[in-house]
Amino acid sequence: MSIPSQDNAIQGSRLIRALIYTVLIVFVIYYLLPLYVMLVNSFKPLEEIRGGDMLSLPDQWTIAPWLSAWSTAQIGVEPTGLRPYFWNSIMMVVPAVAISTVLGALNGYVLTKWQFRGHGIVFGMLLLACFIPFQIVLIPMARVLGFLGIAGTTGGLVLVHMVYGLGFTTLFFRNYYAAFPTELVRAAQIDGAGFFTIFWRILVPSSAPIAVVTIIWQFTNIWNDFLFGSSFADFDSVPMTVALNNLVSSSTGVKEYNVHFAGAVLAALPTLVVYIVSGRYFVRGLMAGAVKG
Amino acid sequence: MRDRLQNWLPRIVLAPSFFLILFFVYGFIVYTGYLSTTNSRMLPSNEFIGLSNYVKLFGLSHWETALTNLAIFGILYIGISSVLGLALAILLDQKIRAEGIIRPIYLYPMALSFIVTGTAWKWFLDPGIGLEHTLHQWGWESFHFDWIKNRHFAIYTVVIAAVWQSSGFVMAMFLAGLRGVDNEIIRAAQIDGASGWRIYRRIIIPMMRPVFLSAFVVLAHLAIKAYDLVIALTGGGPGRATELPATFMYSYTFTRNQMGVGASSAIIMLIMIFSIIVPYLYSELRSEGRR
Amino acid sequence: MKRIHALKVTASAAVLAAMMGTAVAEEVEVLHWWTSGGEAAALNVLKDDLEGKGVTWADMPVAGGGGEAAMTALRARVTAGNAPTAVQMLGFDIKDWANEGVLGNLNEVAAAEGWDTVVPEALQFFSKHDGNWIAAPVNVHSTNWVWINKAALDAAGGKAPASWEELVAVLDAMKANGITPLAHGGQAWQDATIFDAVVLSLGNDFYKASMIDLDEEALGGPKMVEAFDRMAKLRSYVDDNFSGRDWNLASAMVINGEAGMQMMGDWAKGEFLKADQVPGKDFVCIRFPGTQGSVTFNSDQFVMFDIDEGKDSQKAMASSVMNPAFQSAFNVVKGSVPARTDVPDADFDDCGKKGMKDLAEAGAGGSLYGSMAHGHAVPASVKNAMYDVVTAHFNGEYDSATAAEELVNAVEAAK
Repeated sequence: MSIPSQDNAIQGSRLIRALIYTVLIVFVIYYLLPLYVMLVNSFKPLEEIRGGDMLSLPDQWTIAPWLSAWSTAQIGVEPTGLRPYFWNSIMMVVPAVAISTVLGALNGYVLTKWQFRGHGIVFGMLLLACFIPFQIVLIPMARVLGFLGIAGTTGGLVLVHMVYGLGFTTLFFRNYYAAFPTELVRAAQIDGAGFFTIFWRILVPSSAPIAVVTIIWQFTNIWNDFLFGSSFADFDSVPMTVALNNLVSSSTGVKEYNVHFAGAVLAALPTLVVYIVSGRYFVRGLMAGAVKG
Repeated sequence: MRDRLQNWLPRIVLAPSFFLILFFVYGFIVYTGYLSTTNSRMLPSNEFIGLSNYVKLFGLSHWETALTNLAIFGILYIGISSVLGLALAILLDQKIRAEGIIRPIYLYPMALSFIVTGTAWKWFLDPGIGLEHTLHQWGWESFHFDWIKNRHFAIYTVVIAAVWQSSGFVMAMFLAGLRGVDNEIIRAAQIDGASGWRIYRRIIIPMMRPVFLSAFVVLAHLAIKAYDLVIALTGGGPGRATELPATFMYSYTFTRNQMGVGASSAIIMLIMIFSIIVPYLYSELRSEGRR
Repeated sequence: MKRIHALKVTASAAVLAAMMGTAVAEEVEVLHWWTSGGEAAALNVLKDDLEGKGVTWADMPVAGGGGEAAMTALRARVTAGNAPTAVQMLGFDIKDWANEGVLGNLNEVAAAEGWDTVVPEALQFFSKHDGNWIAAPVNVHSTNWVWINKAALDAAGGKAPASWEELVAVLDAMKANGITPLAHGGQAWQDATIFDAVVLSLGNDFYKASMIDLDEEALGGPKMVEAFDRMAKLRSYVDDNFSGRDWNLASAMVINGEAGMQMMGDWAKGEFLKADQVPGKDFVCIRFPGTQGSVTFNSDQFVMFDIDEGKDSQKAMASSVMNPAFQSAFNVVKGSVPARTDVPDADFDDCGKKGMKDLAEAGAGGSLYGSMAHGHAVPASVKNAMYDVVTAHFNGEYDSATAAEELVNAVEAAK
């Protein structure tokens, strides 16, 4: 089977294709520029950065900043580097992403295929929830977490991230399922399939592209969150971003920019891996989507 | 009995999410509304002082700056990111051989925390050490680009960096949408002799309507919450020229110990956001229902 | 959720028990923002000292914005009923927390170790609330320093300026020599740091009346207009590229001779030392011209919260913080001077020795003032309102007369 999307492609002359590639490459440069700045400077000794020119290649290459950021940089009183905080973040991100994605998929399914009176209002409320500024939930949330006895635990952080991700996950799945042919669902119902059977057998298999988008969104947001992490974590559940921030934004100490940049790239590695791995499913998902045609 | 259950099952499935949101979002908004009428400073207090926090708020000149900035920033950022995202998604959907390499490159900025990429942008935009400096060294002496240092233009540099960060994600959303388009429709149009661009303009882009909605919500959410970005890039400066409501709210609630004023700014902001977004969502959802 | 929690509790309890080897968990949880290499290493001295006493250190660093992020985290912690044992804090934040009635009491340790006699009066203002000790001061930073590149100074006449007129002359000479006379980063707190020194240079009484007592006549009077004029004058010696620059990049400009001098607190010294510069030989440290004999300070303190368990370890920590050996070791690294006045200055460099001498003099002479820019003169709301005006003026939004007027209004609105 050829890749179906290619049917959408514009049949054009060589010139048009050359133009398309040029535009795409120009934007590749735009997106890569800051990464270039970060990488180049992360391989320079600090004196060279102090010397001025931030865009030139290092005169003297060094990987010391990377090693330092990973295992010896001072995050708190102990020179641990970023290493120990990875696990804390994973423990928090994976359950939060999984729960909110599954709930979002179910909500999207109900809101499009099992509509009931008032479904529009429920969706509207979930949607508007995306716009609440996190600053205002900090204090009441702290009180609730304290009341539940999960203040300062990974469980508390999972709850917080799960709740404030629900609006988005529901939105993504609902808009995707809205375009999914309802006839298929009705037909299965007539055949006697139940609520969960239909979801599992018919909708889930063709959800890959939107699941990728949702997981990327949730994973990145939760992984990169600083406000909740710094407010609701305890000394033994501190996530990556808080550690990175400790590395980067010391106020009155010497700033080791090369270590900062190396640390930033290291801290982003899990998200980058998610992006690259999940990218394949864009294509795979559309193959499954061919069922529709 | 089983039928009964099947009837109620959808509602039962939806219920936990609904009640979580009801409490953790709308409950907290009500609580914030209450705080805005008290003289809370460092921690919440119960002393009622009416609307004087709001009076104070509108007497502050940089609250006005923050609102104007949000308007400029929000419109440009949402507009540019959506258009760019769609355009790149369409181009990337043209049997591009290197798609597997280009797609993650467009996407990766979302992965990086702005705490640090802000520094990279700051350096790049800084005329003394970044782009201007480098081009001068390469011999283009007349090149001039100092927006980040200019009170009137600094907010546009925030737009540049923000578009950089999230337009790739918008691209991914549109790409997912494009890949979901039924090929039969396109084939039919091709048989009718419609040209490539015409198919996009008349058939495919209109089908992206729900994606536009998702993109709008995501971008509006990011625009409202643009905090790290501003702090890392300009620190709200030069002067207070790039202050946004999010930075304003944070600083009044947490660093200036004027929680009451911070809460009232949050309420004003929510009212404004809702008054723009609710009609849009309403019309969008209604027209969807009609289709 | 519950299960995760239960698991975690068991896990951390097991770890603790293994670490302690005893039934009683003696632990201090410390919230602070000293995360850069030198600072954190210095703090490790304290940690080791405590571990010698059998107290474990649970580290909770939250950096960002000179402690702003940590203060936000603290609010969430206290609201959740999960207050840390000790928190690094500055100036009026301590007073604000004390007013909330959530702090502990250190009178017993303080009396036993005689803190009253070794901590300067001006610091005690923050370490005590209603006559009770609530915090253990770690250091004193003074903010009215000027750091000058020695070679640039020699080229500009060689004499360190001692008055405003001499300062202007040196800056002019540096300008004529083709370097940026004044290295500065355009961030609100940096602008305010210079403003502090400028106000102080117009007289101790004026500083006290305007910055501490918030006397309206001083805030809006002709002397304040003059202070703003001086700010505008200093602005003319800064390069066009200053806004948003980190303070340490400004220090780097002085270090590599691109700029003549920087007006910054004593933490800047760390940058110079790290670049292998020697005080007196490569760079010169002086008080802001016209302020010799007076000191504006900020002081980091460990504030002790009222907690149910672990009061003994809290006291042990307070006592370790006040240990002269720690005070010396920490401050040598940090660039500041000890909060105790009876610590020997043997380990300090020339600038550090001068700092200790100046502090003792100012403390004895009553010319030791809290720094407005660093939250030791007025509460946070007023401080930030002043920032707004100072920054707006420095960036050319107000002229000096308007700025003085606005200062009165802003302070009135924030009170």
